[in-house]
Amino acid sequence: MLMGSSVSGRSVPPSVPGVDRNLDTSGHAAAIDVQGMNFYYGEQQVLFDISLKVPERSVTALIGPSGCGKSTFLRTLNRMNDLVDGARCTGLCLVEGQNIMDPAVDVVLLRKHVGMVFQKSTPFPKSIFDNVAYGPRVAGEKNRAVLAELVESCLKKAALWDEVRDRLHTSAMALSGGQQQRLCIARTLATNPKIILMDEPASALDPASTDRIENLIGELCSNYTIVIVTHNMQQASRVSHQTAFFFRGRLVECGPTMKIFTSPVEKQTEDYITGRFG
Amino acid sequence: MSVAGGELAGSIPPVSFTLGADGQIRQRLRLSRGFMWLCRLATYASLLVLAVLLLSIVWNSVGRLRWDFLSSHYSMQPDRCGILAGLWGTFWLVLLTATFSIPVGVGSAVYLEELAKDTWLMRVIRVNLSNLAGVPSIVYGILGLTAFRPLVIQLQSVFDGRHAVNVLGLFRVRLLKLDIYDGSVLIGAMTMSLVILPTVIIASQEALRAVPSTIRVASLALGATRWQTIWRQVLPASLPGIATGVILSISRAMGEAAPLMMIGVLTVASMCPGGIESPGQLLSDPGRLLSVPFDQFTAMPVEIYDWSKQPDPQDRFTAVAASGILVLLAVLLTVNAAAMIVRYRAGRQLRW
Amino acid sequence: MPTWAAQRISRRHETLIRWVLFVCAALSVLTTAAIIFVLLSNAVYAPGARTAFFERVSLWQFLTTARWKPTDGPGGHFGIWPLLVGTLQVAVIASLVSVPAGLGAAIYMSEYAHPREREFLKPVLEILAGIPSVVYGFFALKFITPWVLKPLFSLLGLEISIFNSLSAGIVVGIMVTPLIASLSEDVIRAVPRSLREAAFALGSTRFDVSARVVVPAALSGILASFLLAFSRAVGETMAVAIAAGGNPLLTLNPLRGAQTMTGFMVHASTGDSAADSISRMSMYAVGITLFVMTLSINLLSGWIMRRYREVYQ
Repeated sequence: MLMGSSVSGRSVPPSVPGVDRNLDTSGHAAAIDVQGMNFYYGEQQVLFDISLKVPERSVTALIGPSGCGKSTFLRTLNRMNDLVDGARCTGLCLVEGQNIMDPAVDVVLLRKHVGMVFQKSTPFPKSIFDNVAYGPRVAGEKNRAVLAELVESCLKKAALWDEVRDRLHTSAMALSGGQQQRLCIARTLATNPKIILMDEPASALDPASTDRIENLIGELCSNYTIVIVTHNMQQASRVSHQTAFFFRGRLVECGPTMKIFTSPVEKQTEDYITGRFG
Repeated sequence: MSVAGGELAGSIPPVSFTLGADGQIRQRLRLSRGFMWLCRLATYASLLVLAVLLLSIVWNSVGRLRWDFLSSHYSMQPDRCGILAGLWGTFWLVLLTATFSIPVGVGSAVYLEELAKDTWLMRVIRVNLSNLAGVPSIVYGILGLTAFRPLVIQLQSVFDGRHAVNVLGLFRVRLLKLDIYDGSVLIGAMTMSLVILPTVIIASQEALRAVPSTIRVASLALGATRWQTIWRQVLPASLPGIATGVILSISRAMGEAAPLMMIGVLTVASMCPGGIESPGQLLSDPGRLLSVPFDQFTAMPVEIYDWSKQPDPQDRFTAVAASGILVLLAVLLTVNAAAMIVRYRAGRQLRW
Repeated sequence: MPTWAAQRISRRHETLIRWVLFVCAALSVLTTAAIIFVLLSNAVYAPGARTAFFERVSLWQFLTTARWKPTDGPGGHFGIWPLLVGTLQVAVIASLVSVPAGLGAAIYMSEYAHPREREFLKPVLEILAGIPSVVYGFFALKFITPWVLKPLFSLLGLEISIFNSLSAGIVVGIMVTPLIASLSEDVIRAVPRSLREAAFALGSTRFDVSARVVVPAALSGILASFLLAFSRAVGETMAVAIAAGGNPLLTLNPLRGAQTMTGFMVHASTGDSAADSISRMSMYAVGITLFVMTLSINLLSGWIMRRYREVYQ
């Protein structure tokens, strides 16, 4: 047990408020339940037989070296890969008990339910208000008062309200990078999703903004199921209840974050989190 | 703030993702599909228009389109009327236009892209260029009519057969007597060169810009001068792009009639420039070449305009005009096919 | 030091080339100057013995008279309005045709079409753009008017003349559609892919993405392409001269003939009036109006386009 002790001896950074890294999630209902997923771009297989349960109202971090398939996996969860020519997926992916790979599934409804935040902040070249109101508007909401209330509550949830309350109708492009990213989170919240997918949401931000986003994740996870892809292991250890390690298109190991970072079962996982490759 | 799963699980309302679950979504999807079909319709309508246009012209050309249409001059009899003069006129016009506009156009592009520094004068030239490209061709016609015609009148008085030139004070050469007309091929080509020059320059600039700067740096680093780099590396590399742009501009010059109408080319012509009516005559009597630029001429689009406008109650010139259009389109197609082959070949050879 | 000498010679030779190329580049500025000089010196103020157009006909008369009859009576009538209205009428009809068609094609090719389909559609539009103006004139006069518009309007009980601005506007619209399609497609494609993905991730249909995100994001670029097409339609000559006829009527009825500014210029240059006559000189006044109009629309379009580029860089 020489190896085990050496790992457990390492310090893991403190978690953000609201995240219990030793949480036993086995009692939680699964928000997402992936069983035997294989994914192909044309002839090339990029995901091999992935099976993973994401417990409701928790944060699951997907880590792994770049090109390991973690982003691809994330994008299958709301079928963003449909937009790529030649993408093909087999296996079961149950979101709240329904297989979303079913061709009869309506992707518009699915994406409303499973929101996504991207690595690069992508504000639409419109006002802050119009950005947040976009989702409800395309879904048919026209009542201005309802929209205003929704925009306010979402901006508050995304911890952006105090900074932008006076300039809701100015262009969103004028916000700073961190503010833009929080705006994108607010915009996602406005469609009232149950699940939020985050694809390296803080990798393009400065440390202070990253901090705010991480704290935000801690606050949101009491109401939303969050799956976050990150290449920053410190971040994964800070914000997640559960961590899944991907390597070369396979899910190597998945478990409570504290366990993965202190006493991983697999050698590859340990090599990765101790920085021997990556 | 740890969460126990059991108590909260029931609070999430079940959502069905399957199609048909939500009438509102179904309606949005219908709208989306309707919009796609509208856009598709708009796109394919252009294909339909092209087909109808070509068919209507072929249909109208029935009754005149025979081989002798290519070898006949203008005639009051639609059955005998042909496009020979326009064919030769367009040929000479385009030849001279290319001679003027290619060196000047490519030269300007090279200067602007490779040599010019970013001074206010260069900025003026660049802005001016994009504006010139938007000037209607008929305005160039006014320029040709007003500025180039007096030039010819000057030439007329020099080449009237009475003047002699003193060569280096050693001997005198009597100038030939040349009939110089003011609606001449030369004037037409000068005007047309100005019309297509902005397009030639802009296309060449784009081709030069597509050459990666690593080539220039590598060449300069090997001790080549600026000009050697341009002449031996940059120009050859961008040649396919330049050629494509030039050919497309030339094909525009073939179809333009407005500036030619302005400078007063013939609409009814029964002679070809220089009297050359077949390639054989060109070889047997090359001396005629000298008078080509100074002769009056007509061009295919001008003839087509004239035939289309013939006030003829029985519409007998419609078939002539349609046949003329088919000949013009065939020539344009050949030229454009050449451009496409150049582009295709270059695309296979050069990959940055 | 032989290498030095050689170098200096090559440098001198390069300086010469540089100057020659500079002259080539400067030629375009000279062209613009020449155009402006020719127009001004014949329309506004003529140096020497000749008299310019506006020295004989007042600008006030030019802008306020509603009749354009250069050869009518001794002085003639020179009110620009019939020509201006004819021109704008054709250009507006052309825009009504080309804006929906061009924008629809641009959206289809950038957002929906399979790459292979796009590769086939693009050349079709290029061919449409490459067909000479006279051909479109013939098409309007010999096909659209007699075989499409005439039956259509006779059903409605309306009569349409052989020469009419409607058919001219339609063909000019067809001519400029590829221009709008290709320019708009370029700006629509320049909208970052991430923006589309973000919109999809918020539960948008393809229509929502195109109409609420992509097109608004590219709107100024698209507007610039509309303006450019409008200015092209204003300056379009041969198709209009054939299809709309040569009668400068002041009418808004598109079923009747009209004369545009360009149509008049072709007409005036082919007529056999003396080079110095007032009807000949009126061509320059019309020319300067046309030049100023197209130039200002183009400048506006370029300005809008530059502002659009700033947003994404």
